[in-house]
Amino acid sequence: MNEKILYSYTGIFDSPDAIIKATEKVSEKGYKKYDVHTPYPLHGMNKAMKLPPSKLGYVALVVGLSGALSALLLMFWMSAVDYPVVIGGKPLFSFPAYVPVIFEVTVLSASIATVLTMLFIFFKLPNNKHPLHDTEYMKNVASDKYGISIQAEDEKFNEAEVIKLLEECGAKNITAIYYDEEEINHKHKILEPKFIGFLLFTALLTSGVSYLTLNKILYMPPFNWMMEQNKLNPQSTSTIFADGFGMRNPVEGTVSRGYLPYPYKGQPEAAGTNLINPLPVTKQILDIGQKKFDIYCSPCHGYNGEGDSRLRGQFPNPPSLHSEKVRTWSDGRIFHVITDGQNVMPSYSSQLNADEKWAVVHYIRALQRALNAKESDLQ
Amino acid sequence: MSTTQNIEYQKKEIPKRIQTIGLVLFLVGLITVGIGYLTDTTRVAFNNIIIFSFLTSIGLGSLFLVAIEYLGGAVWSTPFRRVPEFLSAIILLLPLIVLPLLSSMGNIFHWIHPEVVNADKILESKAPYLNTTFFIIRVAAFIAIWVVFYLLITRNSKKQDASKDQLLTKKNIKISAVFIPFFAITISFTAIDWLMSLEPHWFSTIFGVYYFSGSVLAALSASTIIIVLLNENGYLVKGLKPDHYYSLGALLFAFTNFWAYIAFSQYLLIWYANLPEETFWFLQRWEGNWILISIGLILIRFVIPYFGLLSQPSKMDPKRLLIMSSVILFAHWYDLYWLAMPNYSKNGFVLGWQELGFILFAVGLVMLVFNFMAKKNNLVPMGDPKLKRGIDFRL
Repeated sequence: MNEKILYSYTGIFDSPDAIIKATEKVSEKGYKKYDVHTPYPLHGMNKAMKLPPSKLGYVALVVGLSGALSALLLMFWMSAVDYPVVIGGKPLFSFPAYVPVIFEVTVLSASIATVLTMLFIFFKLPNNKHPLHDTEYMKNVASDKYGISIQAEDEKFNEAEVIKLLEECGAKNITAIYYDEEEINHKHKILEPKFIGFLLFTALLTSGVSYLTLNKILYMPPFNWMMEQNKLNPQSTSTIFADGFGMRNPVEGTVSRGYLPYPYKGQPEAAGTNLINPLPVTKQILDIGQKKFDIYCSPCHGYNGEGDSRLRGQFPNPPSLHSEKVRTWSDGRIFHVITDGQNVMPSYSSQLNADEKWAVVHYIRALQRALNAKESDLQ
Repeated sequence: MSTTQNIEYQKKEIPKRIQTIGLVLFLVGLITVGIGYLTDTTRVAFNNIIIFSFLTSIGLGSLFLVAIEYLGGAVWSTPFRRVPEFLSAIILLLPLIVLPLLSSMGNIFHWIHPEVVNADKILESKAPYLNTTFFIIRVAAFIAIWVVFYLLITRNSKKQDASKDQLLTKKNIKISAVFIPFFAITISFTAIDWLMSLEPHWFSTIFGVYYFSGSVLAALSASTIIIVLLNENGYLVKGLKPDHYYSLGALLFAFTNFWAYIAFSQYLLIWYANLPEETFWFLQRWEGNWILISIGLILIRFVIPYFGLLSQPSKMDPKRLLIMSSVILFAHWYDLYWLAMPNYSKNGFVLGWQELGFILFAVGLVMLVFNFMAKKNNLVPMGDPKLKRGIDFRL
């Protein structure tokens, strides 16, 4: 015990009321360097110890504000200066869109800074030694007792007086705590080989385990539930069929559901003579025809079919649908153009089904009739 | 831990001058409003809507504060729960403030005219909800619901003063639990009926919450002003600490942030989608000198209270709390003005004696109601089982 130095005198109390009264007495006597340890936060302890408000709030304020500012600058730099892309017709620097991000970054940086400040500045983290550690006193106050510890560093400290004061307050187990200068000042260095080795080991372990899990173990039985399935992937070979192909043609003489083969591919005249429009001319069908025509045909042919494209020369303008040629074509001939395409015009089979094509044909007829009305229409 | 042994409370009479000042303000306001109704009906009717919404906020919001105290089992607010209870008596006077509006509804709501509705497809499809009969039924039903809950909750609270019956607290918890869903629905539809339907083509699904956030702020700030004034002059129980002030300030601060969150959510979605049928409402408030009012709203309603109440000592300082509560209370009127008035004067904002008259009217009315209630009742719920714990409350 000779080389050890006195740290403090400690006393144990049984109830929260007793510890608050004792603390009030100790702080009244003018002691500055003492600390109180309780198993949970006690209301009113700040007042009893005459503690000033915590300074942690200022850290949160300053870091939070700088977080807000850097988020704003970051987004300004990225979206208005370095890589300007117009999004949704908004200005390059559009503040409302930044607000949620600024808010998040503010909260994130403020909370991280608060925690780190608490750990490294208030608790002096790399230094994890304290004279009170591993004492009977600490075991008590960490479970169900309340303790006070008056330090020898205090200007008013006097062994006899402190013991008397603690006895007056009704403390039990008044003990002196000693510490070893060398042991308490021993600091863990960041570059200690043991620490670096531990870091490296952890890094290798985590990356190794994740590599093995994601690339090997998940493919091994019994973990391969999803990876291995009894099916043929596209383009893969098969041993079932003689030719070794995994992908097969449809059985000859069959069609798949909802699909009708078009027999007049590349035969416009045959289509013109053989195909007959199956739909009656009603308002409903003309409406469908108009809708589809306006969506798919009008960008090139114009709303009235006059070939007045809205595409400003990006494609060659098609001829008018009101020409003598088109007007004398049969319905089936027009149907064929929609289905098979003509010159620059591609097939519209993936946009329109057969009924919709026939409805468009009716609508084109109505347009032609409107521009070149017969005398009989007047009646 | 020191605890209060006896609850020290001696009822002190509210000074006579409160009643005098309240009466003078009220009468001056009433005369101004009366002259306004005769000369400038439409504008005054718009102001009437603002003041109706303002007083509804204080009355109904106060009842909400009382209800959440019961539901949350809060003890810190019990020593001054009577203040929001008194303020919620404004609910009883709401029919009188609605009456003049019913006569001039045609001037303010254009969905009321059948010829306008018939020519407008959107209004036609909204007609099953927005029509005169259903509107009046809703207004009457909502006020009736509020009055019923006001009477139920405050009657039990008053009874407790003499009987000290703890079961009454339990009863009030049950009543409050029933009240909250009614409150949520009625306050949303009140906001839609009176404020959103001024521009019946516009819609915003968050509008009810927006009005709710402002209402709680209005009720809370009005209560805080009265609580601080009463406590600093010794009208409440002895032993209230800065911790109580801190809790009031923290709640004000929290709801200021909540309002900003809701208001910004409404703005951001409309700004992002950029649909003309929604954006015109904000554009209207961004054109001419309305832009000044809009920017002022952000400052008065969010920036000033936010930084004014940010630090811990500022929430405990009665003077600061008083100033900030006054700012927040004024900001609620300002917010309602910003919501309603652009429909009256599209080209630029107008501020004149018509607006001022209604403010005087409202302030005077609140003072008179509080004075009347404070004379008849205890300022502290003496029979409440939570009172002692409330006085001993520590952060």
